[in-house]
Amino acid sequence: MCYLKRIVCFGLLIGCLFSPSVLAQPANNHLTIGGPFEFTTLNPSQNGYVFTRMQVVETLVDVSPEGELLAGLATHWDVSDDQLSWRFHLRDGVVFHDGRVMDAASVEQSLSHALQQHGPLAQAPVERLAVDGDALVIELSQPYQLLPAVLAHYSTVVISPDSFDDQGRITRLLGSGPFKIAVFAPPHKLGVERFEDYWGQVAAIASAEYLTGHRGESRVLQARSGQADIIYTVDPASTGMLNRVSHVQVQSDLIPRAILIKLDSGHAFLKEVEARQALSLALDRSGIARAVLRAPGSEANQLIPAPLADWHLADLPPIERDLQQAAALLDDLGWEMGRDGVRVRDNQRFSLNLITYADRPELTVVATAIQAQLAELGVEVRVSVTNSSAIPAGHQDGSLEMALIARNYGFIADPLGVMLSDFGSPQGGDWGAMQWNNTDVAELLKRLEGEMDADTYHATAQRIAALLADELPLIPVTFYTQLTAVNQRVENFRFDPFERSYYLNEMELSQ
Amino acid sequence: MIQRILINRLLQAVMVAWGVGSLSFVLMRSLPGDMAYRVAAGRYGQDNVSAEAAEWVRQELALDLPAWQAYLHWLLDMLRLDLGVSLISGAPVIDEIKHQLGHSIELAVMAILLAALMAFPLGILSGLRARGWLDRSLLLLSSLLRAQPVFVIGLMLILAFAVYWPLFPVAGFGQGNDWVLPAFSLALALAAVSSRVVRDSTLAVIHSPYYQFARVKGLSEWQTFRQHGLRNLSVPVVAFMGIQLVGLIEGIVMIESLFSWPGIGHGLAHAIFSRDVPMIQGTALMMGLLFVALNTLVDLACYKIDPRGRPE
Repeated sequence: MCYLKRIVCFGLLIGCLFSPSVLAQPANNHLTIGGPFEFTTLNPSQNGYVFTRMQVVETLVDVSPEGELLAGLATHWDVSDDQLSWRFHLRDGVVFHDGRVMDAASVEQSLSHALQQHGPLAQAPVERLAVDGDALVIELSQPYQLLPAVLAHYSTVVISPDSFDDQGRITRLLGSGPFKIAVFAPPHKLGVERFEDYWGQVAAIASAEYLTGHRGESRVLQARSGQADIIYTVDPASTGMLNRVSHVQVQSDLIPRAILIKLDSGHAFLKEVEARQALSLALDRSGIARAVLRAPGSEANQLIPAPLADWHLADLPPIERDLQQAAALLDDLGWEMGRDGVRVRDNQRFSLNLITYADRPELTVVATAIQAQLAELGVEVRVSVTNSSAIPAGHQDGSLEMALIARNYGFIADPLGVMLSDFGSPQGGDWGAMQWNNTDVAELLKRLEGEMDADTYHATAQRIAALLADELPLIPVTFYTQLTAVNQRVENFRFDPFERSYYLNEMELSQ
Repeated sequence: MIQRILINRLLQAVMVAWGVGSLSFVLMRSLPGDMAYRVAAGRYGQDNVSAEAAEWVRQELALDLPAWQAYLHWLLDMLRLDLGVSLISGAPVIDEIKHQLGHSIELAVMAILLAALMAFPLGILSGLRARGWLDRSLLLLSSLLRAQPVFVIGLMLILAFAVYWPLFPVAGFGQGNDWVLPAFSLALALAAVSSRVVRDSTLAVIHSPYYQFARVKGLSEWQTFRQHGLRNLSVPVVAFMGIQLVGLIEGIVMIESLFSWPGIGHGLAHAIFSRDVPMIQGTALMMGLLFVALNTLVDLACYKIDPRGRPE
């Protein structure tokens, strides 16, 4: 009898544990999002993008999907004639999640914190911050027209003074966005709830949750099973599986990111522009776009993609693979084909190291495709996969020969910020040119820093883009297409190419 | 006797804590590459890692400090039972370990229980009817399961029980029964081996002279098995499962990644990528201690099961 009781109890316990979960299906007004990136801290300078995307925090300046700067927590801004003093007029009626009203002092505290952290604001020529009535004044040491774009960056979010402890560390993230944090379980889960006192469009969705999914396979299956409503960064190989189910739509959007080959233009093999052109001509971009990235049409003929119109040359023809021309260029430079299929000049084999990093899984596959394609030209490439920090480290110590990188030109809403750090000095940039002896681009970029006229800005940016396309200090490979799986119960979904916001407050869930 | 086991294990724990912490410090410091760059990449991500970020990190964390000074700091902190703060998140290491190790232990314990539930009955039945159809079928199934990476088993279970029959969530944690699929994936891989250990142990016991004698003196098959079989076959199995449990806690990175489970294996892998030395030392130390604790539990369990080691 005693045994029988035990067995029955045990059976009941197992039954309870294994009962099908109602939570396997999304709750009615709760949105579930999945993506590949992790977060570890509340500090905006490190993981601010997670909190702007989930609309917990906001910046003074907003960005439209077209890259235009819009009013955010500042309704408008003006600059003094000498361009050294910027005044940001703050929006009325903004309330933080702890109920405090936003004022200029709280904005000053948030930006002061950002100034003491690594990020674009700390790199800007900011002299001091000052409160002037309802406005925040930023004094600069030199003209810097990028300032509003920098104030749209996730590291410059405005948070309540109660977010900081006595030592100025952020212990809670009390923002002003349409959602407030309910669950913070790094590195995997962030839960948010609707904030009823939001100054703008109050969300229809009651709550949302972001779950990190490291494996592309499980993210796709989350979308397919209906466990997740939206999955960002869908693996291209899995789109076929999602296209076969009716309740999920896969959306494809071009983002301002490009796969590029960074190279040492001072290297004995690469210092002639013809050598770099030969490598570029030997690449089969269509093959990579079609077979590796499964995004036909994403071939890159220049560094900056079309959404950043000022910096994109609309009329530049695509770079078609031309092995004959590439070989002729190398022949002219004295590179002769060796017996082992690798070209030789002055007893030196045309052999280079190419590093890339595993943070973006597609990079390693593209790197090996490039290795195979350049081998046909007689150029040996040794691929090694490492950490993303090896790129700036290799640039600084001069050990980098070639690197396959994914560069985000929308990191700051105005690409000038990234261009300055990549090409703004004769030494080049950690993620940009390396030992490239061209002072024209650096001078033009310097001029743009203080340029307020839109037409002149556009013309100069186009000139820079043309110089980069001719000289190839970096070789463009493909642009990025972001694939997103959206469940049909999600209405009003839209994608932000700058990946600043998920626009959760505009979405509705059909029952 | 129990006291002696406990005192030995306590001394062992202290040595393990010091040894593992020191070894991970030395190993991390001897890796090639600039630590500041690695930490900067871990903190700021690939879009924002630069020489400037690395310099920022170097200044803030005083990474230029000679290695012996950094080691002494760690040793003093450890004597105060303080594991320090993570170089990446800035949070106390102990909090991160609690969160991650807690989830790992939860998953590992569930997996080992499920594995035991499968392995014991199936292993015993196979042992009692060795070379019968059940034994042969289970050998085939065990070999098949063991030949699969646990990742593939997990994916199969997701396809069956989360996509085709949507009974459980594909991934996630903290929502009730989302541990079932990851625990089952691990349990199947474990039971594939432990069921064979149970089977062999059963076979050895039922062919032993004392077992035969019990039958000869008139006990029924069930009585013999309950009184002379179960306890004897358990000793090697408990020791084996103890080792499996330790392996589970430290080696389930793939399952954690597949199921978005915030475990220590995944946390440790990321800490190593970004050279988060305090986190690596703290995690290695806690896992070392856990190893000692589990070994102690296994010793105590075997002591309880097997009276032969006890004093007269």
